[in-house]
Amino acid sequence: MDTSITDGGSFNASMPTSPGSMINQYKFDEEDEQEDPGAKDIFITVDNPESHVTTIETFITYRVLTKTTRSEFDSSEYEVRRRYQDFLWLKGRLEEANPTLIVHPLPEKFVMKGMVERFNDDFIETRRRALHRFLNRVSEHPILSCNEDFKIFLTAQAWELTSHKKQGPGFLSRMGDTVRAVAASVRGVKSRPEEFNSMQEYVEAFSQKMTSLDRITQRIVKEEREYLEELKEYAPTYTLWSGSEEELAEPLKGVASCVDRCFQETEEQVRQFSDTLAPALHEYVLSAETLKAVLRRRDFIQAELEAKNEALAAKRADRDADPRERGVVWQSLLGKDPEEARQQRQQRLTGEIHELKEEIDKLEDRMEWANNALKGDWSRWQRSMRTDLKEVFITTAQKNVDHYEKCLAVWESFLLSMRSEVGDINQPSSDDS
Amino acid sequence: MMADTGSEEVAVIGNTDLTPGEIENNIKNTMGEVGDEEIVLPKKMEINVAEAEKRTVKNAVNMQETYTVYLIETRPADDASEGTNPTPDSLWRRYSEFEILRSYFLVAYPHVVVPPLPEKRAEFVWHKLSADNMDPDFVERRRVGLENFLLRVASHPILASDNIFYSFLTEENGWKEAVLETGFQAKADSRLKALNATFRVKNPDKRFAEMKHYGDELQSVISQLLRVRARVADRLYGVYKVHGNYGRVFSEWSAIEKEMGDGLQSAGHHMDAYAASVDDILEEEEHYADQLKEYLFYTDALRAVCRKHELIQYELEAAATDLSTKKQQQEELATGTVRTFSLKGMTSKLFGQETPEVREGKMKVLEGQIQEGEEALKEKNTECDEFVRSAWSEIERFKDQKNHDLKEALISYAIMQISMCKKGIQVWTNAKECFNKM
Repeated sequence: MDTSITDGGSFNASMPTSPGSMINQYKFDEEDEQEDPGAKDIFITVDNPESHVTTIETFITYRVLTKTTRSEFDSSEYEVRRRYQDFLWLKGRLEEANPTLIVHPLPEKFVMKGMVERFNDDFIETRRRALHRFLNRVSEHPILSCNEDFKIFLTAQAWELTSHKKQGPGFLSRMGDTVRAVAASVRGVKSRPEEFNSMQEYVEAFSQKMTSLDRITQRIVKEEREYLEELKEYAPTYTLWSGSEEELAEPLKGVASCVDRCFQETEEQVRQFSDTLAPALHEYVLSAETLKAVLRRRDFIQAELEAKNEALAAKRADRDADPRERGVVWQSLLGKDPEEARQQRQQRLTGEIHELKEEIDKLEDRMEWANNALKGDWSRWQRSMRTDLKEVFITTAQKNVDHYEKCLAVWESFLLSMRSEVGDINQPSSDDS
Repeated sequence: MMADTGSEEVAVIGNTDLTPGEIENNIKNTMGEVGDEEIVLPKKMEINVAEAEKRTVKNAVNMQETYTVYLIETRPADDASEGTNPTPDSLWRRYSEFEILRSYFLVAYPHVVVPPLPEKRAEFVWHKLSADNMDPDFVERRRVGLENFLLRVASHPILASDNIFYSFLTEENGWKEAVLETGFQAKADSRLKALNATFRVKNPDKRFAEMKHYGDELQSVISQLLRVRARVADRLYGVYKVHGNYGRVFSEWSAIEKEMGDGLQSAGHHMDAYAASVDDILEEEEHYADQLKEYLFYTDALRAVCRKHELIQYELEAAATDLSTKKQQQEELATGTVRTFSLKGMTSKLFGQETPEVREGKMKVLEGQIQEGEEALKEKNTECDEFVRSAWSEIERFKDQKNHDLKEALISYAIMQISMCKKGIQVWTNAKECFNKM
């Protein structure tokens, strides 16, 4: 899963197009295959974690190195240092700009399980790899990689980034978004298109399965570690015994050495589970949460649209309604001319209806774009998921095969040494299964 | 029958062996109607502990008691019956009867390293194994252990020709009376007391002392090994079984996937197979553990032989000391000098010397005692020499057997590990292929 920088001399000569035409080029066709890997024109590495201590806090920064031939970048190489907060900011900006696109998940803020300390080496390394994957996935996304904030993230010096962050939409406008989102979720969506319904169902089930697999993998790591704890005492006991023996000393020492070798091999095998499989599965647990959020945001747009349509229908009904049923009575009580009042109301309503219709048109455009973006990204996500998980499962299976093959060789050579001592031709060959 | 040296100064622990006369009685008692003819015991017998069965009986206080009996089958394996397959003779015995037989051996043949019985209660148990004596797996392993015991005895040059053993195998009913008639039970108790008593030997035989020390070390290290192995087995079981959960979840996940469904589903089956494979693996390892346990229990018998030697050596030294004391007394009486402090010396000083007649009488008694003492010493010397000779050849025999058996056990352990690795390779290779098809 580690998308690393390839040799810098293999850049493709073709120049990327502008963001605008990129959007048009983005095919929402489900049969669209992966982007040609040979056309990769941006390479990002996240490495070199460093600890920074200030009077207020201690934090880690990572080096982000970018090499690119894209025209929108002034230079071909950039080196900046970023902390986790900066990555969080970037993700937020990407999601705001593209609410229904699927952004690769970031590693979590805290890890509560076990005794993982924030600055524990393993934790930092796992986080670094996840951040590296995040940036590379974003860079591979046809729309997200053209995002202005993404570019600034990769290229700006620390103080430039800080001042740019401050220019974002203010606190109040963000509050407004949240309020509307809550209102929309309370309102709910009336008629969600079927394909998004099945997407929702899929995401729920997928999320459950990923969570289970993540948990199972953690459990295996735990059991393996406890197994290794016990195994630590096993080989030394054989060695201890060999000290009391004469003829048996050699075989006993042989067994001790085999057990010890297998112990080391098992330590390596466990690392595959804990360092590769578990993080990969966990990333898809987070990814499932991203999908749920994306579906919610899509629903939110649709809910808004439905609400506005309802409002439009209400206003129209209002405008075309029988004047006697409306507040004409009230108006006449106030001494106004009924006909004039009615005319005023009609004008007002027509204006409002016109405004609403414009808003609805825009929203409908937005809805269509959002739905298509999601559909396109959905099939893209499914392909990535399949590739990623298939690859990590295959690697894990291979690692296990390697582990058993190494242990097999160790025991077979012990057996060979035993038999050559005895000169025993009557023992069955170890090839018999 | 207590051997008595007649001395008041040395406490002698009673003779706990069966005399040659008693052993001969054994032979006569099990004859039945055959009279005084020499019995030629079949040189080879095929022995088999074929089955185990539960029996329930009302005991002395009218309560239900359940116990297990084991079917012992025997078949003469001499040249005459080769080629034919005669039906075996068989009888049922319970574990406690095996215990009696072994106790008898320990008393009758103190220089022999008597093979151990399988454990009375399950020890070194890891969580999946039951510690219950009635558990079928435990009963099965015990059946194998009992058969092994009988085979060990039958292949031992001395034990195999014992008549009590023969009738244990062939006479369901008369056996118990016969073995009780040997009077071994009384000897068994005093033997235990003697073995556990503390006494100091002035000139211990270095070889036996070393062997006793080795027995202690072996007991300690095998116990430790069995304990660690059980804990390792427990953990390994956990690791394998959790993989079974992958099987379940892969299967559920495959239901919501289109392209990945088949690959996931079949990979899931392999995960189930992997989880299930640990049961066979650990069952095989139990056999290895049983082999180690046998030698763990053997250390008790080994230690007993060494202790017996110490005891005989001690008695020898006691007899020698006793004799030299008596001789010194004789000398003192003859020369009239009192070199050692004694009550007699004091009284003679206070009340005057004894009359010549009294002295004469005492001399005669002493002479008799000295003569007895010299004979006793000679006997003890012979006993000691014979014991050292026969016990040491037994120990050498045991050593060779142990080296051979344990080496075989280690080799079979390696073979088990190899088989486990091969299974692992197969399962994960298959799983990898399924993932490839995802």
